[in-house]
Amino acid sequence: MYRIDFNKLRFLVCDDNPHMRRILRTLLHSFGAREVNEAEDGATALEMYTHFSPDIVITDWAMPIFDGLELAQMIRQPEAKGNPYAPIIMLTGHSEKRRVTVARDAGVTEFLAKPISAKGLYQRILNVVANPRPFIKTKTYFGPDRRRNTNTAYIGPERRVGGEAEIFQQPSLLDKARSAV
Amino acid sequence: MAKDKAPAIQVKSYPTHHVITQPNPLKKVLSRAEEKDLDDPVARAEAALAGLSGEFKSWMDTEAERLTKAYAAVLKTGFDDDACEEMFRAAHDIKGDAATFGYPAAAEVADSLCRIIEHAPDLDKVPAELFEHHVNAVQAIVHDHTRYHSPTVAAELSRRLRRVADDYLIQVNRNRPEHLEAILAPSLVPSDLP
Repeated sequence: MYRIDFNKLRFLVCDDNPHMRRILRTLLHSFGAREVNEAEDGATALEMYTHFSPDIVITDWAMPIFDGLELAQMIRQPEAKGNPYAPIIMLTGHSEKRRVTVARDAGVTEFLAKPISAKGLYQRILNVVANPRPFIKTKTYFGPDRRRNTNTAYIGPERRVGGEAEIFQQPSLLDKARSAV
Repeated sequence: MAKDKAPAIQVKSYPTHHVITQPNPLKKVLSRAEEKDLDDPVARAEAALAGLSGEFKSWMDTEAERLTKAYAAVLKTGFDDDACEEMFRAAHDIKGDAATFGYPAAAEVADSLCRIIEHAPDLDKVPAELFEHHVNAVQAIVHDHTRYHSPTVAAELSRRLRRVADDYLIQVNRNRPEHLEAILAPSLVPSDLP
């Protein structure tokens, strides 16, 4: 079996709604997290991201100044001074498929549609901790590999050139932990 | 964790892209444990959330009041950018939060209102009653929580509003296929309503 040592993780929570920040803080502290930094808009979150170097970012989408999508795009700058690889969990009331696609293309690691649940949040955190995906850099994208699975039945244009070698998976710590039991 | 030295990054280049891997920087927080030593963090968090529930009514009052004020501003100034954005944001917050606070029907009504603001081609041409009924329904569900807590009443109210709103949106977007597709697409979130 496995467990996450939450007290070693540093979180940055970004949501303009104080009630949702309180909910998130309560959930994360209950999981065992000690360091939960909070921002109420994208600009403050970006500043805090650079200053606190969080391990995991949890952000809302719709926010003033600049939103969670723009925050993700600014974090995912390969040449930026800060860490461009931190997992970003987007927690949002937007629940349409096209929104998920837009968030994915901005470099968001996990998408969690509101209403929030303790289980849903825990599972997303577990996934980014135990199953990190390689990053892909193209002319138009920098972020976690958007192909979560290898689909052998895929028919359509091949957007990546490079043959089999391009499927380059990191071993899953979760699988390792499971197989060891 | 965050102050640890960053692990080495490997880059594999291809004609169209680069694949970048690094040893899992969060590896140190994942550990094995005997089953008997495992606690249940999700149950712990749910209990903590239940401990907050005494505040949910007051939080919901605040959210509903914010929506009412935003609509009042729209009535005063019309749908300028600021007024429109604040009304959408107020409705959007209720859509996301209300089910967590125990008001799933209010979340459904707010969702319907968000869809109108997002997909109506001209907000000034939307019948005023459509906005009023949505705003008033949220207030009614929140303020008369006990009375409307019966799932049948609140759910029926939100269902009817959604049907009227969708009929309107389908009609005014009949020549805007990208909006029509979004309006007709199913939500990723299953409804909590019966």
